[in-house]
Amino acid sequence: MSALVCCLLVLLILGFMIVTGLPLFGQSQAMDLLTGAWSPRNNLYGIAPMILGTLWISLLSVTISFPMSLGCAAYISVLGGHKKATVMKGCVQMMTGIPTIIYGFVGVFLLVPLIRETAGRGSGMCILSASLVLAVLIAPTMILFFIQSFDRVPRSWLDAVDALGGSRVQKLVYVVLPACVKGIVTGTVLSFGRALGDTLVALMIAGNAVQTPNSLLDSARTLTSHIALVSAADFESMEFKSIFLCGAVLYLITAVVILGARLIEKRGNHE
Amino acid sequence: MIKRAMVAMITLCTALLVTLPVHANDLDRFAGLSGDLKIAGGTAHIPVVKEAAKRIMTLNPNIRITIAGGGSGAGIKQVGEGLIDIGNSGRRPSSKEIGTYGLALHKWAIDGVAVVVNPANAVTALTKDQLGRIFSGEITNWKELGGNDRGINLYTRDESSGTRSVFWKKALNKGDIALSANFVVSNGAMKTAVANDPSAIGYMSAGFVDQRLTPVVLDGVTPDAASIRNGSYKVARGLFSNTRGEASGLSRQFIDFLLSDQGQAIVKEKGFIPVK
Repeated sequence: MSALVCCLLVLLILGFMIVTGLPLFGQSQAMDLLTGAWSPRNNLYGIAPMILGTLWISLLSVTISFPMSLGCAAYISVLGGHKKATVMKGCVQMMTGIPTIIYGFVGVFLLVPLIRETAGRGSGMCILSASLVLAVLIAPTMILFFIQSFDRVPRSWLDAVDALGGSRVQKLVYVVLPACVKGIVTGTVLSFGRALGDTLVALMIAGNAVQTPNSLLDSARTLTSHIALVSAADFESMEFKSIFLCGAVLYLITAVVILGARLIEKRGNHE
Repeated sequence: MIKRAMVAMITLCTALLVTLPVHANDLDRFAGLSGDLKIAGGTAHIPVVKEAAKRIMTLNPNIRITIAGGGSGAGIKQVGEGLIDIGNSGRRPSSKEIGTYGLALHKWAIDGVAVVVNPANAVTALTKDQLGRIFSGEITNWKELGGNDRGINLYTRDESSGTRSVFWKKALNKGDIALSANFVVSNGAMKTAVANDPSAIGYMSAGFVDQRLTPVVLDGVTPDAASIRNGSYKVARGLFSNTRGEASGLSRQFIDFLLSDQGQAIVKEKGFIPVK
């Protein structure tokens, strides 16, 4: 029942976002707005480059962060000694508290020049740089979620492995990981949601160009940065109105992602 | 020993008595005033406004002045909506903006918009035609302009920027800016970006140019105080502080201070051209 209410509420807010963004469709072809290019001078207010930029950056950051986080969580929960694991967990918990702007700053001054010189082309402000920093940013979310799910594996199962003389690695590979597939998927999806919603890292590091990105070294703009950059424009302008559409699209993607994560989690609990 | 200390004290006091009134003159207007003053908008204004605020708040602890960026568009919009007391803009607000919000304009400095490149760049002079072709994405390598064989990285500002609108009108003659251009959010961020990137080209408030950047000689004219003042460097604009309706109270005093001798001295010291 409560799940149903939750779902309804989410859908309700989504509906509200779409309704507020709706007036925009009257003035222009809906598909042009979603799939077209952004060029205010030519009366084009398409947000396709931003949607693509958002997806590129968040998907890549999850891809980079996932193996890192899984290894880290496995070490803390299963593989590592008690003392080292406690220290590491403390570090991870501290990472959740580091303000985004710090990551952005470090990214601009350390990572961007490094990527520029290594790649030999472009400005270094690109999808790759932003994704790398974002990967670090979302890692704690993923790690802590994974640990939580690892720790729910029944003690008796772990004792059974010990009784059989299994190593820690065997414990991880044959018992913990298979038992936690759903937890791992949920954690990954949730941190993908976090990556989608982050503004500052992309705004500072991704370069914010309004082009359709073609390579990892291209400068790109996310929906969130776009909202941040355009919200200072004139209230009456189309630029300003288009950010409602950006908001609706962002909401839609995030809602689908979070809803998906919750569904997976719910199904896991029933079994 | 005590005698020497006394002498030093007296000398110091006399020195203070003699010099203080001269400096405090323009700050006297704030005596006895208190309250909050919220300022936001144009990022070119920040060094001057910050210094002025520091001097005012040091002498008058009851006055609190907060300064934010956001760009000229944001400054005009926020002051128009009554969210802040003074909205700065690096361009003259459009007649529509003035009409909609009933803005009063106060111009207290003149500033050039300089094209800047990294000091490592061999290209230090361009024509307007070349500049237009660089920003439109037609010229993509510094080699074509006599520089090193490196791709050109464009840096531009968002639509809210007064610096952008002045640059676009007066330097690019309203020409296109390539889609591949990177966007930065303030004059300060532009400085950081261009100073760190050897293949960069961008544009920013001439008052912000320091030794970490090279200002580009445009059509044979260097953007410096002299050329901006006498009008030979064409890409220039006023720095405005706007209020909704005629300025009053603290806003009035603050703007009058910027236009006073001491205020104009700060303007000059920070690299801008005083209006008086």
